[in-house]
Amino acid sequence: MTYNFPNISGHFGQFGGSYMAETLVPAVEELTAQYMRFKDDAEFKAELAYELKHYVGRPSPIYHAKRLSEHLGGAQIYLKREDLNHTGAHKINSAMGQALLAKRMGKKRVIAETGAGMHGVATATVAARFGMECIVYMGAEDIQRQAPNVFRMKLLGATVVPVESGSKTLKDACNEAIRDWVTNVESTFYIFGTAAGPHPYPMMVRDFQCVIGNEAKVQMPEMIGRQPDAVIACVGGGSNAIGLFNPYIEIPEVKIIGVEAGGYGIASGKHAAPLTANAKVGVLHGNRVNLMQDENGQIIETHSISAGLDYPGVGPEHCLLKEIGRAQYVAINDDEAIAAFDALCRFEGIIPALESSHALAHAIKIAPTLAKEKVLLVNLSGRGDKDMNTVAKLKGITL
Amino acid sequence: MSRLQTTFDALKQQQRKALIPFITAGDPSQKMTVPMMHGLVAAGADVIELGVPFSDPMADGPVIQRASERALKQGMSLRGVLGMVAEFRQQNTTTPVVLMGYGNPIEAMGWSEFAQRCEAVGVDGVLTVDFPPEESHDAFEHLQRHNIAPIFLLAPTTNEARIKQVAKLARGYVYYVSLKGVTGSGSIDLSAIEEKMPQLRKHIQLPIGVGFGIRDAATAKAVAKLCDGVVVGSRIVQEVENSTEQNVVANVSQLVAELRQAINN
Repeated sequence: MTYNFPNISGHFGQFGGSYMAETLVPAVEELTAQYMRFKDDAEFKAELAYELKHYVGRPSPIYHAKRLSEHLGGAQIYLKREDLNHTGAHKINSAMGQALLAKRMGKKRVIAETGAGMHGVATATVAARFGMECIVYMGAEDIQRQAPNVFRMKLLGATVVPVESGSKTLKDACNEAIRDWVTNVESTFYIFGTAAGPHPYPMMVRDFQCVIGNEAKVQMPEMIGRQPDAVIACVGGGSNAIGLFNPYIEIPEVKIIGVEAGGYGIASGKHAAPLTANAKVGVLHGNRVNLMQDENGQIIETHSISAGLDYPGVGPEHCLLKEIGRAQYVAINDDEAIAAFDALCRFEGIIPALESSHALAHAIKIAPTLAKEKVLLVNLSGRGDKDMNTVAKLKGITL
Repeated sequence: MSRLQTTFDALKQQQRKALIPFITAGDPSQKMTVPMMHGLVAAGADVIELGVPFSDPMADGPVIQRASERALKQGMSLRGVLGMVAEFRQQNTTTPVVLMGYGNPIEAMGWSEFAQRCEAVGVDGVLTVDFPPEESHDAFEHLQRHNIAPIFLLAPTTNEARIKQVAKLARGYVYYVSLKGVTGSGSIDLSAIEEKMPQLRKHIQLPIGVGFGIRDAATAKAVAKLCDGVVVGSRIVQEVENSTEQNVVANVSQLVAELRQAINN
């Protein structure tokens, strides 16, 4: 099978598409046209490569977590160190690409939604780097959970707008950013944080994030003489995951495992795992995806310890990969993620983001069941500095 | 002939402009919606746009967002909205009712069942804000099969090619969004509407209603001169918000009567 998605109208099988209010349709069409024009442009590619190398610090290394693997007594766990990127997560890969495109489109104002704050920080960073005005929408609850990142965005010159509507988390920040875009469509570039939303975002964000998987495909054979047995990443919207997964889709020997936020457990209903829970297909934020909703089609409130995974939908390409059986999706609960967070701190001296801790937790779960020669490549999508308050609070500590 | 066509034909003959108020179903409470609909008609509404509340109304400003939240909190659902139209039709068989909202509640019910029920209860048109023509093929087949008019939005940013595309698919009337922004925001630019209208008329034979940003009688009057109908949403929903269950019908009726008078003059 040749895997070639999305099609020209932005569909990944039955998923994806472009469901937008009329005012934004021309803007989205223009963005698609401009992206298609520049994505293979030699000068654009050279500038992006330069920025990724000298500003972001790519390639990110792969690290063999030997002590952790030995402790578990099974498969070897390797970490793709996206946490070592400038700004501390994978989000900058796509923010940089989109900012370079915004520059070429003559947009001087950029907006973004953010959950954990990592995409907000990445957007504020590239906006400062290129001298653009930057507005970041963030749910009021997330502002509480991720205070250090809010301060960081402000230091970088961004305006952080608290969103008080709905559940006051990522989806509501998304709604508010879309409202801003409708109003300021001519001056503004919406730097979207994940591989979801209306076409071309799922494709464009994926393409920019594929640097993760493309590097890994070269690095793994250098380290172990072959590709890993499985690639594992956390999935909220799923941009870090699709960036790692996509280049591996046509290597059938490599298992692909996406890890969603199980919150208090799938059975509790308080989670953010639409794929694992077989959520019904619906339409939100411009695309058709598996969506957490009630029987009347209203979007329900999600729960996760990690703000970055606390979202009722998921990118359309993940929906497709699940449907065609190329990837497996599982959920990790809050407490399992916290245990993995602690384990990586103690065994390897690496403080992971709570989001990435979900992917790690699944590796920790399955490693002991596998032979020592097996290799699991986990995307360590971000570092945990931003989560100090959340983790301290959980442990009953006041900072 | 459909209720929408009959209504707009009659208006044309009388050289009058349509007044199209919007209210959110279930706001301020489920039991007040049908009395409000009758009140709107008595005060001079020609078509009623009935908002189907959605948890994530991305194209709406704070006023309609709050109305949706109030309605959802009281258990308003798409099924419930259809029930209200059925109740309204027991006394009113002539005023067209257009459901306006987002696609997902309809997706959850299924377009086939939805279109069937729309026809059964007497809904005349459906406007799904986040379903542009490109993504709506299946939806329209179902609507058409049951004689429900798909109502489309056009915007200042809509180019000529898309105007042509909408002209082919639209039934009933076309809704021109007069400003870039969410509902209830900004102020209207009359000269921009005047400038855009010939381009719209060139391709669209249906009546053209204009909405977004019409907040008072004077603006309604000025807008009415440029098009075939005036849509007023947030201003009315704001009146609902500021009223009690006891006086909401009277307050909203009075507002609509003022708008009617201004448009007629």
